[in-house]
Amino acid sequence: MISRLLTALFIICFSVSSSIAQAEHDHSHDHNHGDHAHGDAHAPYDPAGTAIHHISDGNVYTILEAIHVPLPMILYAPDKGWDFFLSNKFDVGHHENGAKAYNGYVLYHGSVHRVMDASFPNQGMVNLDDTGHGAFVKDSVEVNGKKVEKTFVMYQGNKLALDERSTLDGGLLGGGITSFYDLSITKNVLSMIIVALFLLWIFIKMANAYKARPDRAPNGVQGFLEPLFLFIRDEVAIPFIGKYKYKKFLPLLMAIFFFILTLNLFGQIPFFGSVNVTGNLAVTMVLALVVFFVVNFSGNAHYWGHIFWMPGVPTFVKPILAAVEVLGLFIKPLTLMLRLAGNISAGHIAILSFVGLIFIFGESGANLQGSITGTFMSVPLSMFMMALELLVAFVQAFVFTLLTAAFIGSAVEEHH
Amino acid sequence: MTGTLAALGVGLAVIGAGVGIGMVGGKAMDAIARQPEASGDIRSAMIIMGALVEGAALIAIILLGFIIK
Repeated sequence: MISRLLTALFIICFSVSSSIAQAEHDHSHDHNHGDHAHGDAHAPYDPAGTAIHHISDGNVYTILEAIHVPLPMILYAPDKGWDFFLSNKFDVGHHENGAKAYNGYVLYHGSVHRVMDASFPNQGMVNLDDTGHGAFVKDSVEVNGKKVEKTFVMYQGNKLALDERSTLDGGLLGGGITSFYDLSITKNVLSMIIVALFLLWIFIKMANAYKARPDRAPNGVQGFLEPLFLFIRDEVAIPFIGKYKYKKFLPLLMAIFFFILTLNLFGQIPFFGSVNVTGNLAVTMVLALVVFFVVNFSGNAHYWGHIFWMPGVPTFVKPILAAVEVLGLFIKPLTLMLRLAGNISAGHIAILSFVGLIFIFGESGANLQGSITGTFMSVPLSMFMMALELLVAFVQAFVFTLLTAAFIGSAVEEHH
Repeated sequence: MTGTLAALGVGLAVIGAGVGIGMVGGKAMDAIARQPEASGDIRSAMIIMGALVEGAALIAIILLGFIIK
């Protein structure tokens, strides 16, 4: 009875403290700038911007909102050449904004930008102006006749435009080829490396344990991983691929399932830099590309025959079906990519919105009464969303693996 | 796409998701009521189908909310 009460108290305290710790950071942030007499002397809380910032990739790994772990920056500009340095050269402060510029690059909201202005020194470290809210200001400018909010960096009293990193999305997500390419080890890359090494260690340990004590009951970490492994093998691999061919593809299916599952769960840990790896379209695109290549390179004549010349339908329908099937070749991995990214990102945005309730009700630290009300509203909602996210992490990893097995199965199926 | 049109599209996509997952859940409950001993299989099939239907709605939401400008 006492232990149950204590457990409940511990869980409530932990969740409240994790919400308050984030609130504390911004509270202290407000008090650092002296002019806090009026409610909105500081910039009003922007829930959409904060949510987008927290689900994006970044060049510095922030733990517990206070410790900024620097990451290696690998930048290439066609007119300047390569730049290798650690991101602590940017002197990272609040909101992951850099107070200094290095070699013409600045850090704004965790991502690296470049200042292309001729008056800005593009070698060495320079101090940026401090307007009291950092070195970056937002201003509306006219672009193609529409008013757009752009960010500028203040240097020696001048407002200088910022250039974003190049992206290969062809303008789809607002990106394009700009003046530099960012190939750094970002938060997502570091998380993927950490998770890959962790999985390597766990599975090698498990394999050695099986080799050292054959035909014995599993114990330790085997007890957690063996049911998952057997479930994927018996419910996903064998029914879809067939019991004579599944062994060739089992390592791929296991790797996909455990990699996606561990990355999903890693993104849910509250203070660890709030990485959102599987919610990033680039990461899921690579996973979907792997599936695309495996399925198409292991397709047999039966598979390709069904795509280009579907048997069993009237002849005038066959060309139409061929076009549809070729489209389907690309759409099926595309849906894999969008489904995983969408589910995980949506969960993160929901949790961030609920935590943002605290700031909205507390009017960014001005209203203590409001903050307390916000906390009591947001903590149960956040706890519920995190429980749902746990379920979604497992289900999405499972669905990705299931669909991969289904596609591979249709590619290696024999004629019967 | 302007903000209002995109928001309308996202709302319609969510209606589709709600109807789809509701039907999956309803049929699953009918099936469990008919044959309670199969409830484990039915439950896992229901969760998988729910994820697939939700995937379609989330694809629409991502395309409308973040990609189409």
